Amino acid sequence: MFLLKLVLKNAFRHKLRAWLTILSVTIAILAFGLLRTVIDAWYVGAEESSPNRLITRNAVSMTFSLPLAYREKIARTPGVTQVCPASWFGGVYVDEKNFFPNFAVEPRSYFALYPEYVFSPEQQETFFRDRKGFAAGRKLTERFGWKIGDTVTLKGTIFPGNWEFVLRAVYHGRDENVDERIFFFHWDYLNESLKQSAPSRADQVGAYVVGIDRPEIAADVALAVDNTFKNSLAETLTETEKAFALSFVSMTEAIVTVIRLVSLAVIVIIAAVAANTMSMTARERIGEFAVLKTLGFGGRRIAALILGESLVVALSGGLFGILFTFPAAAVFRSLLGNYFPVFQLSVRTLCLDGAAAFIVGAAAAIIPIWRTTSIKIAEALRRIG
Amino acid sequence: MSAEAGSAVEIVAVSKAYRRGATVVPVLSDISLSIRDGEFLALMGPSGSGKSTLLNLIAGIDRVDSGNITIGGVDITSLSETGLAAWRASAVGFIFQFYNLIPVLTAFENVELPLLLTRLSRKARREHAALALRIVHLSDRTDHYPSQLSGGEQQRVAIARAVVTDPAILVADEPTGDLDRVSAEEVLSLMDRLNRESGKTIIMVTHDPRAAAKAHIIRRLEKGILDDVSPQTGP
Amino acid sequence: MALPLSYSIRNLWTRKLTTLLTASGMALVVFVFAAILMLALGLQKTLVETGSYDNVVAIRKASSTEVQSAIDRRQAAIVETEPEAAIGADGKPLLAKEMLVLVTLPRRGSSKRSNVPVRGIGPGSLALRPQVRLVQGRLPSTGSLEVIAGKNVAERFAGAGLGETLHFGMYDWTIVGIFDAGNTAFSSEVWGDSEQLMQAFRRPVFSSVIFKLRDPSKFDAVRQRLEGDPRLTLDVERETRYYLKQSEMMAKFLRVLGISLTIIFSLGATIGAMITMYASVATRTGEIGTLRALGFRRGSILAAFLFEALFLGLAGGVAGMLLASFMQFFTISTMNFQTFSELAFTFVLSPGIAASGLSFSLLMGLAGGVLPALRAARMGIVDALRTVSEV
Repeated sequence: MFLLKLVLKNAFRHKLRAWLTILSVTIAILAFGLLRTVIDAWYVGAEESSPNRLITRNAVSMTFSLPLAYREKIARTPGVTQVCPASWFGGVYVDEKNFFPNFAVEPRSYFALYPEYVFSPEQQETFFRDRKGFAAGRKLTERFGWKIGDTVTLKGTIFPGNWEFVLRAVYHGRDENVDERIFFFHWDYLNESLKQSAPSRADQVGAYVVGIDRPEIAADVALAVDNTFKNSLAETLTETEKAFALSFVSMTEAIVTVIRLVSLAVIVIIAAVAANTMSMTARERIGEFAVLKTLGFGGRRIAALILGESLVVALSGGLFGILFTFPAAAVFRSLLGNYFPVFQLSVRTLCLDGAAAFIVGAAAAIIPIWRTTSIKIAEALRRIG
Repeated sequence: MSAEAGSAVEIVAVSKAYRRGATVVPVLSDISLSIRDGEFLALMGPSGSGKSTLLNLIAGIDRVDSGNITIGGVDITSLSETGLAAWRASAVGFIFQFYNLIPVLTAFENVELPLLLTRLSRKARREHAALALRIVHLSDRTDHYPSQLSGGEQQRVAIARAVVTDPAILVADEPTGDLDRVSAEEVLSLMDRLNRESGKTIIMVTHDPRAAAKAHIIRRLEKGILDDVSPQTGP
Repeated sequence: MALPLSYSIRNLWTRKLTTLLTASGMALVVFVFAAILMLALGLQKTLVETGSYDNVVAIRKASSTEVQSAIDRRQAAIVETEPEAAIGADGKPLLAKEMLVLVTLPRRGSSKRSNVPVRGIGPGSLALRPQVRLVQGRLPSTGSLEVIAGKNVAERFAGAGLGETLHFGMYDWTIVGIFDAGNTAFSSEVWGDSEQLMQAFRRPVFSSVIFKLRDPSKFDAVRQRLEGDPRLTLDVERETRYYLKQSEMMAKFLRVLGISLTIIFSLGATIGAMITMYASVATRTGEIGTLRALGFRRGSILAAFLFEALFLGLAGGVAGMLLASFMQFFTISTMNFQTFSELAFTFVLSPGIAASGLSFSLLMGLAGGVLPALRAARMGIVDALRTVSEV
């Protein structure tokens, strides 16, 4: 269509300025997308939680444990399908810098509750049978080059000593948001050792993962469990897995808020600069648009031209921004992989990127369109000379 | 700086062509011209005849393809770029059709601008600028910005700027092209006075017959070739 | 032979909106850059100042924090006999056996909870921490269910104010005093009698033993002796270093995140500056030709435009740093990744950060301005005078 060709030619009339403006928008959209991804990464634990799982822990804080005896009582609560003891082990592999989460769990019930960790059946069975065995996520084994059958030693921080394990199973996530860097081993192994070395610490569990048969009964089951242990030596706090994950996030909420606010401001400014440039370009050509008017182009057509030019620049910038977000996210992932196990660009973010680019282009066109339609032809023509 | 024979202009066998992509367009072909010290010369001719080009070469803002130009004994065609810049600063005064004043500087500051290229002290600079503005009768508008002055006033500021360094030659490209009749007349009388009272050599390109009438000599350029000398009858 | 600086500055002033927008872009980038560095510095400063150089902290071997550590009474008693411990005015060693647990408490005005460190102190604890001052109320009486709260805890957590009650460990604890430890981690803690707390939590072990060195230079010898003692399984560290290590993970995170984001933003701001400067050059093509005709050299033109760009950067940098310096009035309270405990800290501005911010801004201006300035300088006089060329 002729108008489209005109729009494209005009948009790139000043090649350098056009490309610089596109680059501006690219960066704004790139930054916007990355920041959303960082914030998504912060909340990924909550997103990945299942409504059929509850976490029961000591009401005082995570640093206190629950007696093993609670397992049976919880299991008898109506609506509960499985109860799995789990303890955060906090072991260190060679150096603190190599941080990854490691848990002592009761494997059969745990992986029944967490179908998103996918194993090959033989490996899983071998792991279940070997009390000294451990199961690890694919990303973790790739990071350290562990193979099935390797022996790995963890230095205990909460439970002192050097603990040896043999890799028996590797899992991959059912979808891309699943954390593939976790290390699981047998809770029994931990407990039996403690019975020998520090009996007072044996038969203690960090938390219980409680499976329920329907999400709707979550609140009732939680209440029932906590009531069971009210006024006992170790009171419990039971909540949905999502609430549990969110509670961690909320503890670092201040930082998330800071990042959000500060970045929003910067992105708005960069976009404003780009919009101002596009606006400047359009303003410089008001005389030219007046000429078009004398030739018979209606106000609407001209407005469409101006908007079209702005959008071409802004949407090109948006497209490049989206394209560059992928490698940029990969870089972020490698830099901050320790803190963010999952760093995924979501579809929602990409859509918002597009919308933002569109808004920038539209905003840039507003004032020039208003000026062109309101100015009188004669006055505009005088400006050319 | 100006001296006795120090503003005579000798143009010898000058040629200049422009390249537009692959094609070469000759603009001046083997031009020779002598301008005496203190002369007021008008260069006329149709559009594209090369008169502005010749003016640019004389003023040292463009370079010849072949030939020589000597002004006040200085062969400007042999100067380096730095040398040319320095020569222009002291020996040439420019007057443009569209004034070309610096919009962010006041009238006074615009006139003072060329003096920044000299070693004069601040006090001396200010005195010279004030004097130049007095010559063009604009001492009362010195703190105004160009946007606050009329076309005629702006051109007079430009003339003040052109003479403030007491240059050897004044070069004017369509000085009255953008002015109304009254302002044009004022500007032309000013230039005439500068020529008669201070002996400034003036080379002016113009379309305006009234402007040409003020000159001693009119030369015509057509297709890059100068016509014969035709002196004016009377001043 | 140069063009006056006022020429460049006035040119920035004529295009106010564009100059303002471009400078704002750079200002905000500098602001983000400085604010994040200030946050990381504030975190580290708060933690480092929590410790004293003369104090030594002993925790169980291989634990990295007090929360993970457990020292039984027997081992604690052995450390108590440490000869290098300084003696206080009362003739007793300046030494304390403490226990630290995390307690999840609800924040004021919200249902969200955070992990607050509760420290069971001994009689020698206060003397070891001269930076801690009781500002309201009194110290807890021995053998009572009374505690004192750090200023940050009292402000942010429900039930932690003077006279209020906190419930944990199956008991109700009354706040009988508020203490201020300045900008250190202690201000985010609740302190009570260690024996009472150990009983209430049924944890008959200490987390740490802290003592002041009689001769600060003897630290290495003390450490060797304690760590080498076969009866003990302890790690010994200077208190300052102990706390500094707790800040490393989070400080690094903040710096990496902050600098990565800043680099991306700065590209945007630099492009903005470049666009502005190109437009500036384009609008003044005739002017550039005039100046060259008058005799100003290419170098002067280059310098004038470079200066314009640098000044843009400077304006942005100063504005950004000024904004950032206001952040010093704000306190952030968040969970330290390494210790899982709540910590309040502020933004700290250092001369180094100020200098970095300004240099960064000047660099952005320079990067944005150099190509347009070169273009201005390289123009041919005749072309510049004749055409109104466009970017």
